[in-house]
Amino acid sequence: MPSVGSHPGTPAGIEIRGWGWRHASRKAWALADVDLVIDPGERVLLLGASGSGKSTLLHGIAGVLGGDEEGEATGTLLVGGAPPTSARGRVGLVLQDPDSQVILARVGDDVAFGCENLGVPRDEIWPRVGEALDAVGLDVPLDRPTKALSGGQKQRLALAGALAMRPGALLLDEPTANLDPDGVADVRDAVGRVLDATGATLVVVEHHVDVWLPLVTRVVVIAGGRVVADGAPDVVLGAHGAALAAEGVWVPGIAPAVPGPPRIAPGEVLLEAAGLAVSRVRGESVASGLTLDVRAGEALAVTGPNGAGKSTLGLTLAGLLRPAGGTVAASAALADGAASAPIAWTSKQLLTRIGTVFQEPEHQLLTRSVREELEVGPRALGLPQAQTHARVDELLERLRLSALARANPYTLSGGEKRRLTVAAALATAPRVLVLDEPTFGQDARTWAELVALLARLRDDGNALVVITHDARVVSALHARTFALTGARS
Amino acid sequence: MTLLDSRARTGVVARINPVAKLLASALIALPLILTLDTVSAAVALALECVLFLFAGLTWREFWLRTWPVWIAAPLTALTILLYGEVSGEIYLDWFVVRVSDGSIALAAATFLRVLAVALPSVVLFVTVDPTDLADGLAQVLHLPARFVLGALAGLRMVGLFLDDWRALELARRARGVADRGRVRRFVGMAFALLVLSIRRGSKLATAMEARGFGAATTRTWARASRFGWREWVLVGVGAAISAVAVAAAVWAGTWNFILGPR
Repeated sequence: MPSVGSHPGTPAGIEIRGWGWRHASRKAWALADVDLVIDPGERVLLLGASGSGKSTLLHGIAGVLGGDEEGEATGTLLVGGAPPTSARGRVGLVLQDPDSQVILARVGDDVAFGCENLGVPRDEIWPRVGEALDAVGLDVPLDRPTKALSGGQKQRLALAGALAMRPGALLLDEPTANLDPDGVADVRDAVGRVLDATGATLVVVEHHVDVWLPLVTRVVVIAGGRVVADGAPDVVLGAHGAALAAEGVWVPGIAPAVPGPPRIAPGEVLLEAAGLAVSRVRGESVASGLTLDVRAGEALAVTGPNGAGKSTLGLTLAGLLRPAGGTVAASAALADGAASAPIAWTSKQLLTRIGTVFQEPEHQLLTRSVREELEVGPRALGLPQAQTHARVDELLERLRLSALARANPYTLSGGEKRRLTVAAALATAPRVLVLDEPTFGQDARTWAELVALLARLRDDGNALVVITHDARVVSALHARTFALTGARS
Repeated sequence: MTLLDSRARTGVVARINPVAKLLASALIALPLILTLDTVSAAVALALECVLFLFAGLTWREFWLRTWPVWIAAPLTALTILLYGEVSGEIYLDWFVVRVSDGSIALAAATFLRVLAVALPSVVLFVTVDPTDLADGLAQVLHLPARFVLGALAGLRMVGLFLDDWRALELARRARGVADRGRVRRFVGMAFALLVLSIRRGSKLATAMEARGFGAATTRTWARASRFGWREWVLVGVGAAISAVAVAAAVWAGTWNFILGPR
């Protein structure tokens, strides 16, 4: 058994005194002089703006910040009385991205992985695996391929994998940021059940306060690398709620500003789909029999559960995927001399007609600076230099990217990357804009900015197709909804 | 994508430890790589055909999995036929092409050799589950767990790379740069994929570390990797195929050791 300061399985306290951390590549300390004592069994919500250091603190408690080559630490940080790196298994960590946490190909093997590493005897591993899967409510056979699970199921799998190690503390780093509303509730409820059963300590980092408020007993606010508020949830949120909301935290009762209703009525039909079947891989259509139209001056929201084919439909409407059946036809006004089917257009013809913003910004980044990124489209169109510059300057200004014009796109924050990819699509002024989950994982501030921008585009007579499971976006944009029901739930 | 397909399989051979399959394939291949003659390859191929009947594959599956071998073998043989070492009577002499008694014999031997080496490896590995292979490599052959499990977890990410690649392609069309410059675009996409995979890889490493991977404790294994009589039988069959093939070649006087004196 691993050497631990307190017994495995019993709730572990966390003791942080004068602790700080500096990434090897940075001059400034990400965290400095953090003092925080969490008693065994306490349930703490860790809040802070993007870049405040809250994730770093969580990773420090989990002991996964890496060795001396990764950075430098000061002060003391103990979990159950021992440094976290020498007490593996005392804490269980669940991260944000469901896909990067699945380790093995089969559900049972994946849950067993942590136990194996801790040297748990084989006879004891499988009962633990069964218990952990029961606790998180993941009722699938042990040999179910992990790649067949939905996002919410993958997160519960990660939770089960942590749980099977019988940790004294659970650490969650935005575990529900990438999930649809059903997935969010499933994961939160699973965590609640686990805590009630084990009494484990909980530390959760999350932008969406309302998700975890029913579960937590204490709220800690980190700003500028320090603890700035600490106490009962209602007290801390009462005193700091407004400031946190201004920093982008989703505070219950403080809704971000939303734009007004559309200033123009929906205009002409620009795109029309009839009897459409969509597929990403040839021969495997994910949705069929779809009939819908996209109108100028209107936002169309494509909603539905994970796996229903929302993104595939969006990419097909955008002229990027060939319909598996039926047709997508552009109106004469949109086609403007090109063929009627968008998939038959050249890449250059698409630019001024239909723009697409991908869910993963990294998939569409092409250059080494923000400015060059915005110049890609106008260059492909062959616009004169002066006009390109004017357009790019205007977009940099409008999307608050001017200060970042020379930065490498890969180094931007999530919110900045999202603004950049939207701006890059707008650089060629397409009539139709297709956006795949534009508000996914965004903080409240970026959310409000994006929604305001989209409302303006709509009012300028452009057509928007927004693929989303964010009900707030749908209502804020006064969008017409096209709901995909989905074959699986 | 044999190794990516984690479908459970049934059949006598499917249940055998992958390490035994690895050893049997190696035993069959080794002497065939060391000699260049028709008899040993033909004998080995004939014996292997008996083995294939027990491999738990349907005919359809057999052809589906092995078709690249059936294309590669005649192509290799054709190359040898046209450009191989010349000896005996020359039947065709045109530019650098020379078809002779010697090159015909070499081509036939090569054709049979490629089939005799590649077919058993493909057929045996169709039924290999990567997780079972990793268990076997670590528990039976005692390769370092850190290396084996790292490779196994990495392999699982290949599926994600395929999705990434498709999205990168679509995004380039959306950005207006997909009409020209195919080679340059390919290089750009390869670089983007590299960046994405490094990011995913480091997140995966964090997730594995958080589950105690690399802890100082001695690791246990949830699944036992057994090496019993079935495994020894398969290894024995591999050795026997090898021995019979070599014996037949020596008896027929065609044994032709490529490392030996000419």
